[in-house]
Amino acid sequence: MKFGVIVFPGSNCDLDAFYMVKDVLNKPVEYLWHHEKTLRGSDCVILPGGFTYGDYLRPGAIASFSPIMTAVHAFAARGGLVLGICNGFQVLLESGLLPGALYRNIHLQFRCAWTHLSVENPHLPFTAHIPSGQVLKIPVAHGDGNYFCDPETLETLKKNNQIVFRYVTPEGNLDSRANPNGSLEAIAGICNARGNVLGMMPHPERAGESLLGSRDGQFIFQSILKHWGESS
Amino acid sequence: MSEQLHQKMGLSDQEYALILHLMGREPNELELGMFSVMWSEHCSYKCSKKVLQSLPTEGDQILLGPGENAGIVDIGEGLAVAFKMESHNHPSAIEPYQGAATGVGGIVRDIFTMGARPIALLNSLRFGPLHYPRVQYLFEGVVAGIAGYGNCIGIPTVGGETWFDPAYQGNPLVNVMCAGVLPASRIARGQARGPGNTVILVGARTGRDGLHGVTFASEGLDETSEAQRPAVQVGDPFMEKLLLEACLEAIEKELVAGIQDLGGAGLTCATSEMSSRAGSGMIIHLDRVPCREEDMSPYEIMLSESQERMLLVVENENIKAVQDIFTRWGLEFSAIGQVTGDGLLQIYHRGEKVGELAADFLCENAPVYDLPDQEPPYYQKLKSYDMQAVPQPDDLEEAFLELLASPNIASKQWIYRQYDYMVRTCTAQGPGGDAAVLRIRGTAKGLAFSADGNGRYVYLDPYKGGMIAVLEAARNVAAAGAKPLAITNCLNFGNPTRPQIYWQFKHAVKGMAEACRALGTPVTGGNVSFYNETSGEAIFPTPVVGMLGLLENLSCQVQKGWRRASDRVYLLGDLAGSLAGSEYLYALHGVLAGDMPLPDLERAAFLHQFLGEAAASKVITSAHDLSDGGLLTALAEASFAGGFGVEISLPHPENVRLDELLFGEGQSRVLVGVSLEKERDFLTLIRSYQLPWQLLGEVKGEKLTVRIQEEEPLIDLSLERVKAAWEEVISCCLD
Repeated sequence: MKFGVIVFPGSNCDLDAFYMVKDVLNKPVEYLWHHEKTLRGSDCVILPGGFTYGDYLRPGAIASFSPIMTAVHAFAARGGLVLGICNGFQVLLESGLLPGALYRNIHLQFRCAWTHLSVENPHLPFTAHIPSGQVLKIPVAHGDGNYFCDPETLETLKKNNQIVFRYVTPEGNLDSRANPNGSLEAIAGICNARGNVLGMMPHPERAGESLLGSRDGQFIFQSILKHWGESS
Repeated sequence: MSEQLHQKMGLSDQEYALILHLMGREPNELELGMFSVMWSEHCSYKCSKKVLQSLPTEGDQILLGPGENAGIVDIGEGLAVAFKMESHNHPSAIEPYQGAATGVGGIVRDIFTMGARPIALLNSLRFGPLHYPRVQYLFEGVVAGIAGYGNCIGIPTVGGETWFDPAYQGNPLVNVMCAGVLPASRIARGQARGPGNTVILVGARTGRDGLHGVTFASEGLDETSEAQRPAVQVGDPFMEKLLLEACLEAIEKELVAGIQDLGGAGLTCATSEMSSRAGSGMIIHLDRVPCREEDMSPYEIMLSESQERMLLVVENENIKAVQDIFTRWGLEFSAIGQVTGDGLLQIYHRGEKVGELAADFLCENAPVYDLPDQEPPYYQKLKSYDMQAVPQPDDLEEAFLELLASPNIASKQWIYRQYDYMVRTCTAQGPGGDAAVLRIRGTAKGLAFSADGNGRYVYLDPYKGGMIAVLEAARNVAAAGAKPLAITNCLNFGNPTRPQIYWQFKHAVKGMAEACRALGTPVTGGNVSFYNETSGEAIFPTPVVGMLGLLENLSCQVQKGWRRASDRVYLLGDLAGSLAGSEYLYALHGVLAGDMPLPDLERAAFLHQFLGEAAASKVITSAHDLSDGGLLTALAEASFAGGFGVEISLPHPENVRLDELLFGEGQSRVLVGVSLEKERDFLTLIRSYQLPWQLLGEVKGEKLTVRIQEEEPLIDLSLERVKAAWEEVISCCLD
């Protein structure tokens, strides 16, 4: 299984995603430049975190018009696995691959912190091999992660099981103090109706090794590999 | 040329006479402007150079000392570290967000200019007391500016220190440090080598911003400073990120003959320094400089301090390849001139030569001053202060909680949670530790960094205070298990033409030099920031030391938190500290006075060596340096970080006050945790060093308990309560 990591101008967690796949999962991975027209045969494409185009206009807004996004749309439509992390999630929202929007954090500050996530939909290619009931310790680092959508969209998300992760306490309970940005219903990540496009604010690629404070991010990547019929 | 003009530009009559002598004629306005910015204190170090010469700059590990954009240190396996610290105090006093942000931008450019990939940012900040609205504005703006810029370019801000004192109320300090890693064999240089090579300007367009920023930075602040807001530049971190990637790509492909960033004094500084270092000259065509506004004059173009610009010298056969890289990153690229062999800067505009002068005039020939110094009257008076006048607290528990709630001791989480300290996934120890620790991918090694400086100590005794700044920074990286290798520094002082300020400066540098020699950590460069004054009132003399340490094996890294209940707690170094200049004395008694003991440099070197050996042989489970707040504060911090309580029993030496024992400060003191299994090995090792040490107690439960021998506890508090006093202090001050 081969991973592709898209590099937009201003991406800066491209390296983190790249090394998560290369050094921790020991799987093939390559960078995809935003001007490219294809995904070069990637089986899973990662839109990494960062500040594409300096967050000018709105986070992710300009990158969503990059030439490579046409290929990402087509790939997603064919059922390809797309993972947008942090700014990558913002790009997916701006490009219409996922519904809703990310406002500025409710306290108006950037927040870099460890968060804990409950797995709300354990039946996805990204989550199927997370042990049942496992709370994931994964960090956030963003200024605009406050998820919002209108009531109808929220209803649809719930009906289709599209809410994938919520911010919870280490024990797994909902608590406003565990929500780092004021997200609606503590939403940390959502997927599309088909379940092959995941956007999340927390950074699983930063939680791959105990040296960094947690290995829980591996559960998500291992799920992807196992979905593909591989193990690392 | 009228006399008023050179004075208006900040040049003295004497300096103007020297210019006339060098030029053999009157300079025109452009040339005079170039002299004025290059001979400003900020660029020329004219008042500090003589004193700085006493700092040690050589060592086997030093690949490049002061003089280039950043110093470079060998770390083995063919790798090297470029690191440097710089101040952005004046801009931040006027426009805190942009002042701090562009400070980060400037220091990052200094690092990638050397061909190093930036891997870490640190900072050292000073503000007035947080209850003043203006201080809150400055503090929140500076932190947001550092966050806004550093987070966007994707370099983790992994550590630093922040200190509050009325001495910094009108003149905050914003010192930022950056470190990068590069192959030792591929150091890029800020030199205009090879006559005939092309001079290329890349990055942002040149605007009218920041004209005379360096001149502004070389004066004191007063009520008119607000009008200098236009001298503060505006940062564009996105542009910097693109520049960083494109420049590193060009350097990695060995397409660049010389490279320098445009910071203070803009194009004037970059063209003259690059030429002067290489003994070459340049012809520059200002019409080819992409400008933000039409009709910018030669003077404005040469002096603009617009951010995110780089000057490259490229061999002609490589121009196309370099241009392709910059075009790919969407950056503007303009060949603006040529390297010459005659040592002259020749500046053309609209077909006319508008300026011509030797590059050396601006750099090598800048004046150097030996200024008069005088011991300030406060010095002896504060030294001889009678500590008996300070009452001992009736309730030591209350005193302890009050001390922890001092913003100088309290948790700095409010600050660092706004910094992305994890990006690049190399941060093994982020903010809040004694030192920041980063792995070097592809090796077993780790790097440790610390930024330290205590202005209060330096004010009381510049010589000892200068030593202490170096010792503390070294001790912090040593506590992490790293070997201190070298320092960079930022020397923040008042107006050096005042003899009492110059006295502080001279003695502080002398103390630093002696400590650096004793520890074998040479100075690789840094920055002097004078004129930190508000309406004639100077800040505390504040040298800040940025220390680089090396862990040969990252898996031997040690952290400050207790690791396990039942671990023994040992104190290395003196049992009791001193109240002189302590946070306890100031925060609880409002007294700034005393005579700190002269640090034992040899002992410090032994201690650091011991810590390295103890970490490498894994005989300690934790290590935490004792600094502000003394023994009790350090015990509490180790408990907060580890999540365990601690039970301690202390001897009570004669003639030592209880508050001295518990809250006194001093050098070369470290708390270590030792597991029962390794206790014998630990004792064998510590006995082989000439260091005082003692067993204090053990890691235990969820309380902080301190007693004198077998007596009833002096302190017996739940960890939860102690932590509550310390944790949210800064947020509360801002509410």
